Amino acid sequence: MRRLSWDRIISILLILPSILAIAIFVYGFIAWSGWVSLSNWDGLRPDLSWAGFVNYAKLFATPRFQIDIRNTVVFTTFFLGACIFLGLGIAILLDQGIRGENFFRSLFLFPMAISFIVTGVTWRWLLAPGDPATGRLTGINVLLGNLGLPLSRWYTDPTVVYIQPTSAVGQFLQQVGLGFLTTPNFGIPLAMFSIVIAATWQMSGYVMAMYLAGLRSIPEEMREAARVDGASEWQVYRHIVFPLLRPVTLSVVIVLGHISLKIFDLVAAMSKKGPGFATDVPAYFMFETTFQGDHYSQGASIAIFLLVTVSLLVVPYLSYSTRREAEV
Amino acid sequence: MKAAQRHWWLRHSSRLGIYLALLAASAFYLLPVYVLVVTSLKSYAEANLAGMWHLPSAPSLESFLRAFEQLRPHFRNSFYLTIPATLLSSLLGSVNGYVLSKWRFRGSEVLFPIMLFGMFIPYQSILIPLVQVLQRVNEMAEALWVPAALRGLVPGYGSIAGLAFVHIVYGIPITTLIFRNYYATVPNELVEAAKIDGANIFKVYRWVLFPLSMPAFAVVMIWQFTSIWNEFLFALVLTQNPAIRPVTVALYNLAGSYIVEWNVQMAGALLAAMPTLLVYIFLGRFFMRGLLAGALKG
Repeated sequence: MRRLSWDRIISILLILPSILAIAIFVYGFIAWSGWVSLSNWDGLRPDLSWAGFVNYAKLFATPRFQIDIRNTVVFTTFFLGACIFLGLGIAILLDQGIRGENFFRSLFLFPMAISFIVTGVTWRWLLAPGDPATGRLTGINVLLGNLGLPLSRWYTDPTVVYIQPTSAVGQFLQQVGLGFLTTPNFGIPLAMFSIVIAATWQMSGYVMAMYLAGLRSIPEEMREAARVDGASEWQVYRHIVFPLLRPVTLSVVIVLGHISLKIFDLVAAMSKKGPGFATDVPAYFMFETTFQGDHYSQGASIAIFLLVTVSLLVVPYLSYSTRREAEV
Repeated sequence: MKAAQRHWWLRHSSRLGIYLALLAASAFYLLPVYVLVVTSLKSYAEANLAGMWHLPSAPSLESFLRAFEQLRPHFRNSFYLTIPATLLSSLLGSVNGYVLSKWRFRGSEVLFPIMLFGMFIPYQSILIPLVQVLQRVNEMAEALWVPAALRGLVPGYGSIAGLAFVHIVYGIPITTLIFRNYYATVPNELVEAAKIDGANIFKVYRWVLFPLSMPAFAVVMIWQFTSIWNEFLFALVLTQNPAIRPVTVALYNLAGSYIVEWNVQMAGALLAAMPTLLVYIFLGRFFMRGLLAGALKG
């Protein structure tokens, strides 16, 4: 009995350094950043005097930050959509008992082993538009040109597609008091699709792997039973497979969603803020503001904004999955 | 007879469709690889942007050599950073996982998700204090007269040791998660039996858990090696001194400079990806498991 309690003390001592490290380096530092975001620290010299919520008020009034929020929403939507479409599609194809499944699976997954910086540098050159005016094309545009397809200016395109106030829809929106929807801040920056393509190239294999694991956990008898009852292959997927894959989709949305909110490396390596902030994201804005502009309190407010958005996504998921684990 | 034939044809044409779709998808994933390899093998004279898709007429290693020359010290930095950080964070994760699965204490179930949260946070939200604290560590080393020979081991700002320390700390959640889930599959009876035989907490680990841990170590070490090698934000912010920059930051700077030709940048990208790609090619099985553990249900 005495020895057991001695072991108990040692077990606590073994894990204590990690608990302290997390307490200080995660929670302590978050609190510290929160404090910095409420301070007057602007410049190299730390100044932690109280400023209140001024930095947040300034932040939300900054045009660049408003554009960043738009860009994050656009990026997240298309990135998740493309990854789920491609990942689920390929997983279903690979699940048909095909030859060379291992080969294909490894092929679709290898970009996950690569740094976002490598991906960014490579796709920056692949999507370098060249000069469509003189016909001196480069990268993907050469292929598109040869096939007679329309060219794109990729990440150098400053165009933002939004509902024109003069269009019929735009006029209607203005009449019902939703005129703000007819501004570029509620549009889609075309340059962002270059980032979406590169990010999808890197992450869709991961989504494929998750869906494939999900498909494999569905017993074949369930599908067979439905087929015996006369269900078509599409109905089997629609009514049996897809509903059973819902937990996988939830995991995918959480994992990719939080990566997409935090995305920094890829944007930094590919296009940085882009023309008219067309590819700017909060994480990059934070980096520039803090470590290149020395506006520490302003940078901290962006960091806390990022943390809050990621937490809104992750905390419910964490408590859900640990609670479910406790029930099992 | 006729219906059977039609059925045969339908089945095989849909097979064919599946393979065609998979090949088309493969083309998308291999496109950058093709350009990377082809460009890297072109000589300086041959590498013009408009001819990006052409095969090299006379394959040469010129670009590789130029890129390697520029990146060599940074490769060394990346290895100095990645190998110790991987080993130490795996050991730490193993001990944590052991305690949290076999020596649960009151509150450990609440503690675990609180620890896990650390792997999801945007690191921007801890970066400002982190820089301040690591700078303070350097000042303390100065004040304590740490001998110059040992300065390299001080985990302060702007040093490889400091960067490794940061990776170990922020690696705690994921390494603990993988080991805890792995040890949860080891029957408690084994642990209880060893305890009845008089084994203490260290002996249970040394003789029961540790010998069973090799698959988990493989998963965690490969995961940590890949993530630390590929990491960029910490490396960028914590290394002002160009001499200690890891390869991701060096590649980023190489690609950002207008003096370096694009074929050298491409060769550099291929080189920087090589170590983790090789790990993936030879140990892909373990890499997959690490990936899926990242989605929490390991």
